[in-house]
Amino acid sequence: MTVATAQLEGEARRPPRYGSMARGRRRALFWSYFFLALFVIFFLMPPVYMFITSLKSSGEISAATNPWWVFHPTLSNYTNLLTQKQFLIFYRNSAIVSVLVVSVTMVISVLAAFSLARMKFWGSATLATGVFLTYLVPDTLLFIPLFKIFAFIHDKTGIELINHWWVLIVLYPTLTVPFCTWIMIGYFASIPKELDEAALIDGAGYMQMLLRVFIPVALPGIIAATIFAFTVSWANFLYPLAFTTSADQLVLPVGIVTTLIKGDVYNWGQIMTGALLGAAPPLVIYAFLMDYYIAGLTAGATKG
Amino acid sequence: MAQVALRNIVKTFDKTPAVQGIDLDIADREFIVLVGPSGCGKSTTLRMIAGLEEATSGEIYIGDQLVNDVPPKDRDIAMVFQNYALYPHMTVYENMSFGLRLKKFPKSEIRDRVENAARILDITDLLQRRPRQLSGGQRQRVAMGRAIVRNPKVFLFDEPLSNLDAKLRVQMRTEIKKVHQKVTTTTVYVTHDQVEAMTLADRVVVMNGGRIEQIGSPNEVYHHPATRFVAGFIGSPAMNFLPCRLEESDDQLVVRLSDTLSFPVPPSRVARYRPRVGNELIFGLRPEDIIEGRGELAPGTAAFEVLLDVVEPMGMETMVYFIVDGVEVCGRVNPAAARNAGETMRLVADLNHMHLIDTRTDQVI
Repeated sequence: MTVATAQLEGEARRPPRYGSMARGRRRALFWSYFFLALFVIFFLMPPVYMFITSLKSSGEISAATNPWWVFHPTLSNYTNLLTQKQFLIFYRNSAIVSVLVVSVTMVISVLAAFSLARMKFWGSATLATGVFLTYLVPDTLLFIPLFKIFAFIHDKTGIELINHWWVLIVLYPTLTVPFCTWIMIGYFASIPKELDEAALIDGAGYMQMLLRVFIPVALPGIIAATIFAFTVSWANFLYPLAFTTSADQLVLPVGIVTTLIKGDVYNWGQIMTGALLGAAPPLVIYAFLMDYYIAGLTAGATKG
Repeated sequence: MAQVALRNIVKTFDKTPAVQGIDLDIADREFIVLVGPSGCGKSTTLRMIAGLEEATSGEIYIGDQLVNDVPPKDRDIAMVFQNYALYPHMTVYENMSFGLRLKKFPKSEIRDRVENAARILDITDLLQRRPRQLSGGQRQRVAMGRAIVRNPKVFLFDEPLSNLDAKLRVQMRTEIKKVHQKVTTTTVYVTHDQVEAMTLADRVVVMNGGRIEQIGSPNEVYHHPATRFVAGFIGSPAMNFLPCRLEESDDQLVVRLSDTLSFPVPPSRVARYRPRVGNELIFGLRPEDIIEGRGELAPGTAAFEVLLDVVEPMGMETMVYFIVDGVEVCGRVNPAAARNAGETMRLVADLNHMHLIDTRTDQVI
């Protein structure tokens, strides 16, 4: 009994320890940071390596020195690349294709999502599922049939679709429209029904309802879809590789690979520089619109 | 300003009937309240007037125009929703002026109308705020403001006070009444709250199971209910219902509630009830017609002794509950006269306000 009391007094003198919850939280935080750090290192390694290599001369790249350090930093890769007319053409093609694809995608999928989410008509539910199913078909499966279709069109009408950069504006929406439509069906569905009824009674037609109520209210979802469409159209590799061949018709991802690798000569410094410059626009866009992107995706996720 | 008429309106959702043949004439400037339990078809009826639902059959007139095929925006109506349905990305001013801007009103007139409505509703200070910066009551005012600025033929309210807390609800109820006195527009108001219905309406339309049970002034539906449903639905606490048998002895009619309890029918009702002698009926009497026994009995009243089961003091009155032949009955007595549970008490029933209900048709006789 006395022993127990003495112990209690001993404990009482120490500052009280607030319990296992704080300790549990600390441990959870430790492991969270541990794995987060691991992921950050894992995913940042390639861009860091690209950046380091882009600052090296060809001689230094092939030299047997520490690949993770630059001993004689140079911007020659950047100046060489940015003064090459070809690279600027790739950049321009990519930019035009992406902007147009994003525009086409947003117009189609906002209208599609609005009608599928709000204008109940016969088969609208089936159609909505169908839209998503088309997204599940991989592009590797599609490009040969597409090639056949283009050849057929050429035979029948004489219009040559292959080896023009603008054909990508027709092709990319097959990848972007289904997913963007799906995101936005979810987002539109989360908008209370009374809001469009109020707009209807206030005298809005369907188009005014969409433009003046739905689009402003669903802006986070629309921005999320825009970012997705931009990323896909900026980074897609397979379709431009398959459908464009002339140097002036190439977009950035394919252009870098096909022009900077000559036979078995790899111009690593410029490849890395080109890839880095190519990765910059999506990076900037993500950085600015990240919060919208997450809000948009999660809102879509809770519904449908 | 316009009258509204519904002619044999039917609405079915995938073979489920929601509204089963409604006829209703609403006069110009009248305040009509549709009241009933959830699922009785009152909201569906309102939405059909708004044009948000299509009537399966029947005709809807606003003014002299048949509007069945007229889209909501051309019906010249304004609606206030339960969840307010304010546009979240617009300020209060923009919310209220949205309809006018769509109709391309001149800017100065829009400003006049919005400011006028804001004055009526006392929300002038809020015009530049966004809906998320407003409290529930303020949002409700904005929703009403959006309706008022349109100066429509008909106002439609769909349970506008259900999302507010009890105190605010009473306050806004008075507010709505005041607004209607200033802006006398034909109004159709849907609620499940019979107190709202009684306090606001010029005429109450009691609905049940997709049909109209009774149309009448608040006093009519309260004092002269047409059916058992109306008698039970209007009034709180609800009317007491007891199975009874109508008997005749010594030239007097008697309502027998149990072996030991029976009430004489007041002379004014004798002629009306006489054909039902011998029938099993339902006896109905409101709690406020069962009061404490004091002094001499007035004509048409009857005293009886009961054993109190539960006693609920409410402040200005006390509810007493007792059992008659297995059925709980509520009386409303003066707190000073109330006894405790478990004690016996002398009560008086005012039979001038009694109702007898046919058990087969549920009609009040």
